[in-house]
Amino acid sequence: MVSSRDLSVELGDCTVLERINMEVYAGEMASIIGPNGAGKTTLLRLMLGLLKPSRGKMDVLGKDPCCLGSRREDVGYLPQRPAVTPRFPLSVLDVVLMGLVTPGMMGKRFRGHQKQQARESLERVGLLSLQNRPFEQLSGGEKQRVFLARALVKEPRLLLLDEPHAGLDLPTRNRFTALLQQLQQEKCLTVVVVSHDLAAVAAFAERVFCINRTMHVHGSAAEVLESPHLGEAYRCEFDLLFNRWRSHKP
Amino acid sequence: MEEMLSYGFMQRALLAVLLAGGLCSTLSFLVVLNRLSFMGAGISHSMLGGLALGVLTGVNPLYTGGAFAVAVSLLIGFISKNSKIQVDTVIGVFFASGMALGVTLISFKDGYYPELFSLLFGNVLTVTWADLRFLALVMALVLLFILFFFKELLTISFDEELARANGLPVTWLYLGLLVSLALTVVASVLVVGVVLASALLVIPAAAGYRFSKHYRGMLLCSMAIGVSSGVAGLLFTYHYDIPSGAAIVLCAALVFFLGAVRDMARK
Repeated sequence: MVSSRDLSVELGDCTVLERINMEVYAGEMASIIGPNGAGKTTLLRLMLGLLKPSRGKMDVLGKDPCCLGSRREDVGYLPQRPAVTPRFPLSVLDVVLMGLVTPGMMGKRFRGHQKQQARESLERVGLLSLQNRPFEQLSGGEKQRVFLARALVKEPRLLLLDEPHAGLDLPTRNRFTALLQQLQQEKCLTVVVVSHDLAAVAAFAERVFCINRTMHVHGSAAEVLESPHLGEAYRCEFDLLFNRWRSHKP
Repeated sequence: MEEMLSYGFMQRALLAVLLAGGLCSTLSFLVVLNRLSFMGAGISHSMLGGLALGVLTGVNPLYTGGAFAVAVSLLIGFISKNSKIQVDTVIGVFFASGMALGVTLISFKDGYYPELFSLLFGNVLTVTWADLRFLALVMALVLLFILFFFKELLTISFDEELARANGLPVTWLYLGLLVSLALTVVASVLVVGVVLASALLVIPAAAGYRFSKHYRGMLLCSMAIGVSSGVAGLLFTYHYDIPSGAAIVLCAALVFFLGAVRDMARK
């Protein structure tokens, strides 16, 4: 579904990513973790075709992400929350409909079935009753669910999420994670989550890629969280987190 | 009103404020949402260079000014998107250098130019039928662009990253918006002049936002405020002999302040 071979990115004099090799399989819930500035969001931007690699190759749905064409409809994206313009006069339904604004829709009006699609997407995240509410009046957790509904509205096969847990308190984060898992299983989605939150990732990811410029370690959540390479990537000790994770294990 | 419209120049002035008011207030909606207020001021002020070129060469200053405004808007867009310089810095440079070029070019000509004064501060009473045709053409072009790409422009305004991820041609649409802005500045110069042109590109939507928190309501309020303040300003000009550009801008500003007071009273 997503693969990279010897992928490197240089921005100016700075090497952001170096020789990254990874593979995410269909129907998998994968996570990319690493400390701040590790290059996680850059890797996600490469998957979206928003950035070109300096060297190496990235494939998304079997194509170069810069030339996805109509296959772009199969990719849902949840960007980091602060990227949106604040105090924007939109209803919740308007925000979800924006997920359908693709090159194929340019110059066309939304039809009834597309509005219905947006409502169904809102229903999936449990927010249909808020469809006409101004987006700005929602809480942080509700906004994040609206963004998830927007990412899902195209019925994508691949869902890319950038720090979806950022700014959420623990109960909201747990509810969001449960919702994500439920949707992934129902729709057999392939999900790639970028996060720096190890506790959240340990709770849901089937496979974890830990990067800090280069790939430090990858494998199942258990393998990665117990790997000595994790400390190398984060350049710190991880005893506390290991214990937290172990205490959550069934 | 009936007496006022018995004069040909007042009929043309009314048509001009209706056209320019409708156009500016529609674009104002996107200017406010995209935080392009300073861009409007930058383009209108730097346009002085183009207007002065027209005065110097004998070409209609509106055409040279229009071409200059479009070129400046594209340059600002291109430089800000392709360099590490902040957009407000780029606008500031063009704002000042366009004005300086205008002042320099004007200094090459001797004598007094009343038409230049009209272009600087606006005089809708001097609008000709040719100006109105130009205004109608600009309005048709800009409104077609906005109508055709409305939801794409709205998406870019709200979440540019998502628009790019969805494969929208964000840079082209942004440049299209800047060219529309430049053309609208030219149209508003006819009514309120270079100095006040940016006001018509900001105040209607800023006031509209006070009255509606949904974009459709905000757009409708903006259009109503743009058109009605144009007509009200014209009436003040006719009855009290106030400069038309200033009267129109003050009427729009009054609505904005009333909305702001209403907002504060509700809190």
